[in-house]
Amino acid sequence: MLSLEDVRRIAHLARIRVSPEEAARYQAQLNGILGLIEQMQAVDTSGVEPMAHAQEVYQRLREDAVTEPDRRDAFQAVAPQVEAGLYLVPKVIE
Amino acid sequence: MQWETVIGLEVHTQLTTRSKIFSGAPIEFGAAPNTQACAVDLALPGVLPVLNRGAVERAIKFGLAIGARLNRVNVFARKNYFYPDLPKGYQISQFELPIVEGGELAIQVGDASKVIRLTRAHLEEDAGKSLHEDFHGCTGIDLNRAGTPLLEIVSEPDMRSAKEAVAYARALYNLVTWIGICDGNMQEGSFRVDANVSVRPAGQKEFGTRREIKNLNSFRFLEQAIDYEVRWQIERIEDGHAIQQATVLFDPDSGATRMMRTKEEAHDYRYFPDPDLLPVRLDDALIARMQSELPELPQAKQARYQSDWGLSAYDAATLTASHALAEYFEAVVAKLLVSPRPQAGEGQGERVAKLAANWVMGELSGTLNKEGLDIAESRIGAASLAGLLARLQDGTLSGKLAKEVFAAMWAGEGEADAIIEAKGLKQMSDTGEIERILDEVLAANPKSVEEFRAGKDKAFNALVGQVMKATRGKANPQQVNELLKKKLAG
Amino acid sequence: MNQTIKELSDLLARGEASSAELCQDYLARIERLNPRLNAFITVDPDKTLEEARAADARRARGEAGPLTGVPVAHKDIFCAEGWPATCGSRMLADFVSPYDAHVISRFKAAGMPSLGKTNMDEFAMGSSNETSFFGAVRNPWDERAVPGGSSGGSAAAVAARMAPAATGTDTGGSIRQPAALTGITGLKPTYGVVSRYGMIAFASSLDQAGPMAPSAEDCALLMNVMAGFDARDSTSLERPAEDYARDLDRPLKGLRIGLPREFFGAGLAADVGQAVEAALAVYRRLGAETVEVGLPNSGLSVPVYYVLAPAEASSNLSRYDGVRYGYRAAAYADLTDMYERTRAEGFGAEVKRRIMIGTYVLSHGYYDAYYLQAQKIRRLIAQDFAEAFKACDVILGPTAPTTAFDLGAKTADPVQMYLSDIYTIAVNLAGLPGMSLPCGFGADHRPVGLQIVGDWFGEARMLNVAHQYQLATDWHRRMPEGL
Repeated sequence: MLSLEDVRRIAHLARIRVSPEEAARYQAQLNGILGLIEQMQAVDTSGVEPMAHAQEVYQRLREDAVTEPDRRDAFQAVAPQVEAGLYLVPKVIE
Repeated sequence: MQWETVIGLEVHTQLTTRSKIFSGAPIEFGAAPNTQACAVDLALPGVLPVLNRGAVERAIKFGLAIGARLNRVNVFARKNYFYPDLPKGYQISQFELPIVEGGELAIQVGDASKVIRLTRAHLEEDAGKSLHEDFHGCTGIDLNRAGTPLLEIVSEPDMRSAKEAVAYARALYNLVTWIGICDGNMQEGSFRVDANVSVRPAGQKEFGTRREIKNLNSFRFLEQAIDYEVRWQIERIEDGHAIQQATVLFDPDSGATRMMRTKEEAHDYRYFPDPDLLPVRLDDALIARMQSELPELPQAKQARYQSDWGLSAYDAATLTASHALAEYFEAVVAKLLVSPRPQAGEGQGERVAKLAANWVMGELSGTLNKEGLDIAESRIGAASLAGLLARLQDGTLSGKLAKEVFAAMWAGEGEADAIIEAKGLKQMSDTGEIERILDEVLAANPKSVEEFRAGKDKAFNALVGQVMKATRGKANPQQVNELLKKKLAG
Repeated sequence: MNQTIKELSDLLARGEASSAELCQDYLARIERLNPRLNAFITVDPDKTLEEARAADARRARGEAGPLTGVPVAHKDIFCAEGWPATCGSRMLADFVSPYDAHVISRFKAAGMPSLGKTNMDEFAMGSSNETSFFGAVRNPWDERAVPGGSSGGSAAAVAARMAPAATGTDTGGSIRQPAALTGITGLKPTYGVVSRYGMIAFASSLDQAGPMAPSAEDCALLMNVMAGFDARDSTSLERPAEDYARDLDRPLKGLRIGLPREFFGAGLAADVGQAVEAALAVYRRLGAETVEVGLPNSGLSVPVYYVLAPAEASSNLSRYDGVRYGYRAAAYADLTDMYERTRAEGFGAEVKRRIMIGTYVLSHGYYDAYYLQAQKIRRLIAQDFAEAFKACDVILGPTAPTTAFDLGAKTADPVQMYLSDIYTIAVNLAGLPGMSLPCGFGADHRPVGLQIVGDWFGEARMLNVAHQYQLATDWHRRMPEGL
């Protein structure tokens, strides 16, 4: 069962701001969902290969060729904040 | 107390593909911001990655070159974290099943040689760049580099000093550029080193707590950073503190490392197999083709130089410090072997190789170093140098004259033969002329003659010197020796 | 307006109508009905008519394909150049796509004009179309009811004949469940048959696009447009092109229908069960035989799905960070605050719940217990189907356990909502094709859907099975009254 602290930690990992009231609501809802998920633990899956993809096929490889032209203007037309061709974000401190 | 340093390196090498690892955007350096970031690189809604064959091929070549195990089925995973230069909010990398596992690399520190084991090498995409110049208090993001193919090469913690770490980094650098999978341009970030450094009391089995120094882009900084970090860690421990696992940055200006984040702040990357990419299978035919495309590797060349040409281990290692240098050296040797050879016969290969090695490692490397040039930028090509050495070999030039001709060639005055002709630098071989000068020298230096007769060998050398001076170095010293001995005996 | 795609295409071929005229008729109907049903997020008559006139010109040049000029509506999850692609989210409310999805380019190549972008649950997360930032969609059969989700806008649009057909996507039932709840036919192809390029990702290993239309024959014709290999999607399968209509007329004599006992147990509403039984009786009359099959692990498909889909989604939706496109919070203190406010304000409650569940199940120390365990059970579920298909040609059962529920009935309890996909989710986990077709009405006069699950790549056979039923019944010709 998730504690409020867990909810806050997860919300931060996911970069979603939650108010204290929201955190309490999420805690109840997420625990409800986790209760549903817990049913899985009853199954013995020893020796079963995890299935990551719907089809048992291998990755196709792309030829190493340049196929994409510069479309900066079109792409930046939908950007929240750009200047001199750069996307701007609040100052990043390293 | 005696301390032992333990170092492992993680090196990010940028691969020499034309396009990005998961998109068809170009990866030229220095383009205007975001002009090489296509829909996939920008992580527009709905776009998907497709793996570049060229990146896989280069990783295979690396694995073959270090004798590693190639995972016939390897898997791409997502490493999740938020950063503005990481457009998808995750980096596509390899986690549980990397393309290359194991392998080793031999290094040389002074006279000692050592084998460094590699843990793994995996393919991944690079992030974009954050430009911290001020844009009204904002950071600018350029995603041209986002999606550039990288091979991250991780070593075991096998190094015990900054010198060893640098030797390993150099050997690795030499190898990846040698096999052509990385252009080695460190200023442009094509070869970036992270160093995991810890210390422990000598004799202790367990490793100490490590700190990771991020993003070192020169061998000099690598050495400085490790040296600083080791001193810092020892001082901390000796002052009674424990080392906290952390990631640090090296500041070249202050020569110090500083904390970036502690283990507690470390990311929870939530790795999982990328559902957009399927497992990669390496088949025999592809591996065989990569094997056939590999050039002769440094260690094979070194062995051959020693066994076929009798070069020392040191010389062999020096001449294979880069593929370009080895190619240059071999071109000089090849050219000399087909030039008219008055000294042909038994041991000719050895003599020629030693002559070429001496000049390549001596005069040529010295001049290149002095001018800060790379072998590829040498003003004297291999064929031209062979032309010069041929004149040395056939006795036309003395060693001293050869150096003079070399200098003239470097200055752009032409090929060796033309310079010899123009400056009249041909070694004097007319016995009569040399004897005439000898007589003059003997007459002018009665004291030296006296001393020689009294048993002082040094006086003999002084006389030879006088003769060489009088001939402006054009006399063959061996010939002068013989004639002088004859005269003094007579 | 109650014409099939085949009928519309014949009309155009005979020159009895132009594409521009058809589009105008549908646009007029959208204009009239959309304020009530809220099935469309974006309608752009100028764009539609421009595409229609281009289709007419193409026909005049003698270059028309079989469906040139027939209009279609697109779920707002598909990127179409110059059109908004909101994915039902505030996050992308102002995002105008600079490129075409593979599916969109296929429709363009076929000369089929777009009638607009249909409403959907936010980022396709929902079973009722109530999570859309653009408001709930209403069921044309009963406006108190939900149309199902997440392709609820497409389903309602087709059910109300605001469009002759629409595209949908199905991650856990998002084509089939709304098709069932609105009385239309919808097909989710085998995973990998339709390219996901340009289709905004929810859960990459499960998402698959497919057609929604009144009839199975329509779906077959639309599959001929949508399906096909695309090198830009690594999971797109390289298979020879096929005609999905090739088997439509095949008699059903000797067809072996598998009935999974798990799909007919507790939880299935009596009226839905009766409609499905009646459909089975039709099939027996048509010469099919029924056999009981077992899908013993399918009961776990909902828990497995609610690990895998949120896990993939939590990562797929990390790109919505307010940096390169989409919503950005108006005020923030620093970078982290910008991220956290942008994502808190840009995403709705259900999306945030799933991102958090997904983040949690992938986080350090929980991966093996949740994610890996779910992937293992996923394999067991797929193996159950493989085993079942040894004894039958198709599997039949209900699409959803109940008819359409009322708006607001399940919004307070996410888990109850999740259980409305109990019969559809296993199909996505196995990567199989599945479809829903109308087979009657419940006690509340709301439509009931019959689900057909085919073997991998069994689309043509499923469409045959559905088409033969539709030749013998007229449920698919029924239209809501009063529209």
